[in-house]
Amino acid sequence: MFDYETLKLIWWLLIGFLFIGFAITDGMDMGVGTLLPFIAKNDTQRRVVINSIGPHWDGNQVWFITAAASLFAAWPPVYGTAFSSFYFAMMLVLFALFLRPVGFDYRSKIDDPTWRNNWDWAIFVGSSVPPVVFGIAIGNLFLGAPFVFDQFLRVTYSGSFFALFHPFALLCAVVSLAMIVMQGAIWLQLRADYVIADRAPKIVTVACVFLLLAFGAAGLWLTQLDGYLLSAISDINAQPDLLNKTVIKVQGSWLNNYSVMPWTIALPIAAVLFCLLATTLSRVHKAGWAILCSSLMLASIISTAAFSLFPFILPSSSALSSSLTIWDAVSSEKTLNIMLIVVAIFIPLILAYTSWCYVKMWRRVTIAEITANSHSAY
Amino acid sequence: MINETLVELSRWQFAITALFHFLFVPLTIGMTWILVIMESVYVMTGREIYRDMTKFWGKLFGINFAIGVTTGLTMEFQFGTNWAYYSHYVGDVFGAPLAIEGLMAFFLESTLVGMFFLSWDRLSKRQHLMVTFFMAIGTNLSALWILIANAWMQNPVGSEFNYQTMRMEMTSFSEIVFNPVAQVKFIHTVSAGYVAGSMFVLGISSYYLLKGRDIAFAKRSFSVAAGFGLASVLSVILLGDESGYEVGDVQKVKLAAIEAEWETEPAPAAFTLIGLPDSENRHTDYALKIPYALGIIATRSLDKEVPGIADLQALSLEKIRLGMVAYKYLVLLRNDQRSAENIAQFEKYKQYLGYGLLLKRYTEQVVDASEEQIQAAARDTIPPVAPLFFSFRIMVACGIAMLLIFALSFYYNAKRQITEKRWLLRAALYGIPLPWIAIETGWFVAEFGRQPWAISEVLPTFLATSNLAVSDVLISMIGFIIFYSILAVIEFWLMFKFARLGPSSLHTGRYHFERNTQPSPGMHSHI
Repeated sequence: MFDYETLKLIWWLLIGFLFIGFAITDGMDMGVGTLLPFIAKNDTQRRVVINSIGPHWDGNQVWFITAAASLFAAWPPVYGTAFSSFYFAMMLVLFALFLRPVGFDYRSKIDDPTWRNNWDWAIFVGSSVPPVVFGIAIGNLFLGAPFVFDQFLRVTYSGSFFALFHPFALLCAVVSLAMIVMQGAIWLQLRADYVIADRAPKIVTVACVFLLLAFGAAGLWLTQLDGYLLSAISDINAQPDLLNKTVIKVQGSWLNNYSVMPWTIALPIAAVLFCLLATTLSRVHKAGWAILCSSLMLASIISTAAFSLFPFILPSSSALSSSLTIWDAVSSEKTLNIMLIVVAIFIPLILAYTSWCYVKMWRRVTIAEITANSHSAY
Repeated sequence: MINETLVELSRWQFAITALFHFLFVPLTIGMTWILVIMESVYVMTGREIYRDMTKFWGKLFGINFAIGVTTGLTMEFQFGTNWAYYSHYVGDVFGAPLAIEGLMAFFLESTLVGMFFLSWDRLSKRQHLMVTFFMAIGTNLSALWILIANAWMQNPVGSEFNYQTMRMEMTSFSEIVFNPVAQVKFIHTVSAGYVAGSMFVLGISSYYLLKGRDIAFAKRSFSVAAGFGLASVLSVILLGDESGYEVGDVQKVKLAAIEAEWETEPAPAAFTLIGLPDSENRHTDYALKIPYALGIIATRSLDKEVPGIADLQALSLEKIRLGMVAYKYLVLLRNDQRSAENIAQFEKYKQYLGYGLLLKRYTEQVVDASEEQIQAAARDTIPPVAPLFFSFRIMVACGIAMLLIFALSFYYNAKRQITEKRWLLRAALYGIPLPWIAIETGWFVAEFGRQPWAISEVLPTFLATSNLAVSDVLISMIGFIIFYSILAVIEFWLMFKFARLGPSSLHTGRYHFERNTQPSPGMHSHI
């Protein structure tokens, strides 16, 4: 159907698509969870917040699970290297994520203020820690990680957990947290009782300021940072040979792609514009349009990061030729082809039934509704 | 060199998290269909009590589901975090079914589970039933793809080693999907889930009947569980037998270990019902044997032999020697000495490469292994017999006990005498743990019996780990144990609380604990 090189490129786009889907849907839930203890002042208000994502959080979370599983299927060396190298960071995400499903489900089952308050903070941790760690992880993709493959392609990582907290990575974490908080706040503006919805525009504005400052600063930093450059690679259409390439480190080279393809500067510009637009729309109470814009903003930010890194996925700072790129850290042509067919069939189906669910459950969750259905609502 | 402690800890962590996850998954699998049955009756008859049944058992299902999802995340991460070489070595094949599981099944299940709980007022009866139905379909498809992946670990068909990429690569997707091991495993495992769901509903309903409250509700729930459970337990046993046949076909070592068949017996081999396997002397003390039975189960014939442990180990020895040759050529190829001669020689021997890799535990170079080391590696191909022997028998015993409970429950329920058979109700109540014991020992037999391999005859488990520090895994494992214990305590507490409360937890005003103000005689006179 496609040649191997095209397939590799398609899979780069698909993985990006899945992570964007994750940010828009599950990111929104994480934003809502992060805001939970602050935006809602009492138990009923908190239940309104949780029930605004009640029917959807579980489905939304599968975007993340599917994105990770697709890494496994399409980019096995990336899955193995990134997950084992960033071991404690991944464990931190995992343990934080544990708190959400049980938090949502168990919180309102017992009518006790201490019980519910503890779960609210558990949901807060489960919702705010993952985006921070993901931001740090993305930052470290730019910095490179110290790992090396031996001749049998067994990977050894020589860095430490604390080395991940590089200031640049922390800047990325600010971007990441700010963007999901913005998405979550706009969702609440759209779907929660007005008591809560009216508090959203202020939060959106603050998030927008943090986001733009951090995003801008990260962009400027990239001009100074040592980027990685793929200077030679064997035939891209042949069998991937993970160690057979030449990589060099050049200051500012993460911005090279923008001079090779100048139109792509539209990606970071779109990120900024959609951020401003979403904030403005939120402030004038057009939450529906605002969520559309903030979703597009998420897509633009993730695309900007991915495109700047292209063709790298995870460069190695200690053994340059061990770096993982979209050309050589991939599955076989056959697997990519089969998985492409699977994705082509199921993504439209997923979008269809997910939309159906959103449409069927579309309403503003009011305080009156929660009070009336106190035993069946979350 | 291989760090044995790291390997042991990685295995323990995987086993703990997998076994814990697998406490919740089977109940989810089984309960979804029970909910479909109850809700279908509601839609067909319009009788409120069936909606209440769907909602109440759905509540318990939800408590269980949340923790199933939570612990499933660990399984998704863990191949990458703790089994990085595995991920690289087989990701091309193994990753695909996992990703398909997400796309085809888990998305459907998870998207609809929220709808199941919260859309009662927003959908028509039929639409809601469709939601429940597709949630069940999603759950079962999820099991299908996970078991296709697992079956490939047991019987790695449709794939081939590629020396250029240094990994297993897919050669036939359909062979992987239609792996005979996958088919029997799928039906055996989901049926086990149906049994767990049925036993759960049967036991808790029995509790209400014993307490004499919410009789109408409990009797109807009991009927559904007895019927569904009997059909399921028969399917488990039948397919368990079928998987015995498949194992006999593709995993002869596992079968010999389960049966403690030390030497090849003349066909048809006898089945050791019970005994005390002694690995030291390779003999089973106090063995009680059923003539012919093993031969018939494993080969479906009276004249084919079931190879014993001694012969299988001798066979492994041969394969290890051939594997050393394969490894020698692999090293040449990896060092870019890719002459046609070297490639041809490697292709000739590469099916034994996995056996060569077994020597990595003893010598990094493999090809310089001493005779002693080769013998040791051959011994390694036989998993410890006693744990497999006993777990298998515990599983079977639980299966038979459940068959009895379901058969009697079904019989007396059909004769409308169930409320009088208090001993049976008690057996059903205290029998609730049975499916879980069977399921956990079954997992153990399947996965421990696969040792020393991560992928049968392809990749030894000790090579499959990540290169982590021992302390890394120790810390995460302690974290899992603490976290999972807390989750388990909370989950059990909630489950007991709501199971005790019964349908009164729905606050409809129709059930036992809500009636104290206006008692209706006869319904709860026993309390």
